[in-house]
Amino acid sequence: MELETISPYHGYLRMKKKFPTVWCAGCGIGAVMSAIIRAVHELGISKNNIVLVSGIGCSSRMPIYVDFNTLHTTHGRAIAFGTGIKMVRPDMKVIVVSGDGDGMAIGGNHFIHAARRNIDISMVLINNYIYGMTGGQVSPTTPLKSFAYTAPYGSIDPPFDAVKLASGAGASYVARSTNYHAVQTSKYIKRAIERKGFSMVEVISQCPVLYGRLNKFRSPVEMLKWQREHAVTMKKWDKMNEEERTGKFPIGEFIDDDSRAEYTDAYAEMSHKAREEVRNAKNA
Amino acid sequence: MAKKKKKGTPVFLQGNEACVDAALTAGCRFFAGYPITPSSEIAEGCARKLPLLGGAFIQMEDEIGSIAAIIGGSLAGAKAMTATSGPGFSLMQENLGFAYIAEVPIVVVSVMRGGPSTGLPTRLSQSDVMQSRFGPHGDYTAIVITPSSVQEVYDLTIHAFNCAESLHTPVILLLDEMLGHMREKIYIPDVDDIKIETRKYPTIPPDFFKPFAVTPNMVSEFVAYGEGYRYNVTGLTHDEEGFPTANPNEIKKMLRKLRKKIHLHRKDIILYDEEFMDDALYAVVSYGSAARAAASAVRKARSKGVRVGLIKLKTIWPFPGYRIHQIAKQVRGILVAELNMGQLIREVDRYAMGRCKVTGSFRYDGRALEPDEIYENLTELRSIKRR
Amino acid sequence: MPRTRKKKKKPDFTESRFEIRLSGSGGQGLITAGVILAEAIAVGDGRNAAHTQSYGPEARGGRTRCDVIVSDGDIYFPEAVRLDLLLSLTQEAANAYTPLLKEKGLLIIDEDAVERKPDRDFIAAPFLKKTKEKIGTVVPANIVCLGFIAEYLGLVTKKSLEKSVLERFPEKFAKSNKAALKLGFELAKAASKRIKSFSIDEEICETEIDRT
Repeated sequence: MELETISPYHGYLRMKKKFPTVWCAGCGIGAVMSAIIRAVHELGISKNNIVLVSGIGCSSRMPIYVDFNTLHTTHGRAIAFGTGIKMVRPDMKVIVVSGDGDGMAIGGNHFIHAARRNIDISMVLINNYIYGMTGGQVSPTTPLKSFAYTAPYGSIDPPFDAVKLASGAGASYVARSTNYHAVQTSKYIKRAIERKGFSMVEVISQCPVLYGRLNKFRSPVEMLKWQREHAVTMKKWDKMNEEERTGKFPIGEFIDDDSRAEYTDAYAEMSHKAREEVRNAKNA
Repeated sequence: MAKKKKKGTPVFLQGNEACVDAALTAGCRFFAGYPITPSSEIAEGCARKLPLLGGAFIQMEDEIGSIAAIIGGSLAGAKAMTATSGPGFSLMQENLGFAYIAEVPIVVVSVMRGGPSTGLPTRLSQSDVMQSRFGPHGDYTAIVITPSSVQEVYDLTIHAFNCAESLHTPVILLLDEMLGHMREKIYIPDVDDIKIETRKYPTIPPDFFKPFAVTPNMVSEFVAYGEGYRYNVTGLTHDEEGFPTANPNEIKKMLRKLRKKIHLHRKDIILYDEEFMDDALYAVVSYGSAARAAASAVRKARSKGVRVGLIKLKTIWPFPGYRIHQIAKQVRGILVAELNMGQLIREVDRYAMGRCKVTGSFRYDGRALEPDEIYENLTELRSIKRR
Repeated sequence: MPRTRKKKKKPDFTESRFEIRLSGSGGQGLITAGVILAEAIAVGDGRNAAHTQSYGPEARGGRTRCDVIVSDGDIYFPEAVRLDLLLSLTQEAANAYTPLLKEKGLLIIDEDAVERKPDRDFIAAPFLKKTKEKIGTVVPANIVCLGFIAEYLGLVTKKSLEKSVLERFPEKFAKSNKAALKLGFELAKAASKRIKSFSIDEEICETEIDRT
């Protein structure tokens, strides 16, 4: 209670229950959590109307700390659980928090199919290029030649581009930000929650303890600086040539499209039509 | 339930169709599934009927997603079901474990087919007996229900929902290819004659609400998402408030709860039918569609003066061990008839505790166990001298 | 299934069963015909019937079959083991299932499709040919067969059968289906009932068989 008077955001946290968090010092996930809370607060949605769903991993511990309806599920399946919630309660806002391993490796299939259906789920994908919870293994986004404990001689796996994946699969809103660009992160998440249909915000994050140490980043600050130097706004990105783009990535809003029907809306319409047809057939 | 047979409206239904109709009568309003022979008719029926009742149907990208979606749907307040067969049921095991620990009421139908792996998609088998009990890792007690006629599919689907909703636990309904696809006349009971259970909703305000509270009857109160009770649900071992815990006492308490919850209510859960057991010197134990052939074989034996009885299990897990032990003391031999190489016979043997001879009548070539085979095996059993 | 019966009454353990198998090739509509027949017997006539069928690739072309078990008591085993009645619309099906017929079971075959006639008593009728001639399409041949069985054996009342047939299909097929049933009745009347070997549980079939 007292804390809420200091800042409105404290009301969104289960302060008395589960703090401190499991996250390491310098981890970027806490910043994403605060970005989500700021976005929800600005939108003025009731806490009762939000379900925060996660899978397994560092980022997926987030539901424990936030005072929404929270669901901490099995590895990679958060979107599938969220789909069920949304189908039964289309009026509720479903936010899925996921990591790069959770969302794009084991959960990749649910990710693309939710985007294909365009079901109204807002996915926040926290990409720190590594499996943190299990202790630093290579992930589907680990850049080529980077090191991880299961890639001790440098990764040979070409990485996924989450933005291209979501766009290709048909998401209604796709954006990318970094932990360094905290204001944008919050703005994009807000937009993602507002946008009807499947939305995905990728947040490039830092794992100083595993990815950082294995790849010669001396401190979390150095990793944030790396994010600043390698993230390029879309305007700049368009003007760059192939050579200049090497090693860098664009940030910003890539897709914001309301032309496709949202899945639960389409279901309601179909269901209404079917009932009408049956009624007419009975009357006839 | 079986006694009420002649009351109600007669209809001619397929096993899978009866399952759909019963689920909807029991209040199922969400189905997520993935097509797999021989269970697809259940998904098709739900896709056709749920929109008309204001319910939701979704065909997911795989079985893992299907069970995940119904767990989500159940937490959001709907009675939910999925249907699959052996290979898909294997895929569901991880999230089935989630539903056990998070105490989410769901009904999973597995229309059994031959295995392992792709096995025999269009042939019958009772191959999920052990998978349905011990599929997910860890300690919990499963409820597994095995109807043997289309009428029982209808009655026991409702029983499955009642068990799930009143005990906040997943319930598995095992049909098999023959039962799923065969058609029979059944009597649909009047709505007033059907007992339908709902979840135990909380009476206390949100601040004091503990979603996994340990109560005298081990069933906590349940409230759906979005009702103002904001709580956490996790697959991690958790405390009464739903937050992860590593405290040994808490872990013990919560795992015991999962077992005790079922154990305390076993008398409401366990159903079986007995025939000609009063003076029986031999007993045939069977379940599912194998029990049909067993009933015929027992009649044939009785007509020849053999004192044999039938125990038809409608609930195989929790196993009615006490009754089997009693019977083992009464009879000279028990014959277990099932459509596999002997899965439930292990349990029968365990509870017989050497009191009588236990042998099996098995068939695992994708064809139905015929009455004559069981009769022959019964004759063999009778020729074995007592130990 | 009844529970333990009272001891005083001497229990009757015999099962009355009449086993029918309809067989042919995929697309002939025999599985649907089986459902209609069983439904008419079970719901319309208030007796017991169970229906099972072959599934899988063979149901989509190739050899298909469905079994209907008729009884006035409980039906335990739902598949046919020893057939009382076999209807075959293809040579392949006739060859495969004739050995399963009881010695005194009844075999009905299509006169033209089953060219090599079996080495036993049978009844042949031109189901496919006549359906094509009279109705213009071979599709309702399955309904013609049902009409034949109803008229020939009295296994099912015509009223229940017609009700079941009409309920199963959309309204626009009602006329052709009625015509198909009628054709079935006519074919049965034309067929000879003088088969010496044919013996049937007359209680179940309620038919009078002319054995003169």
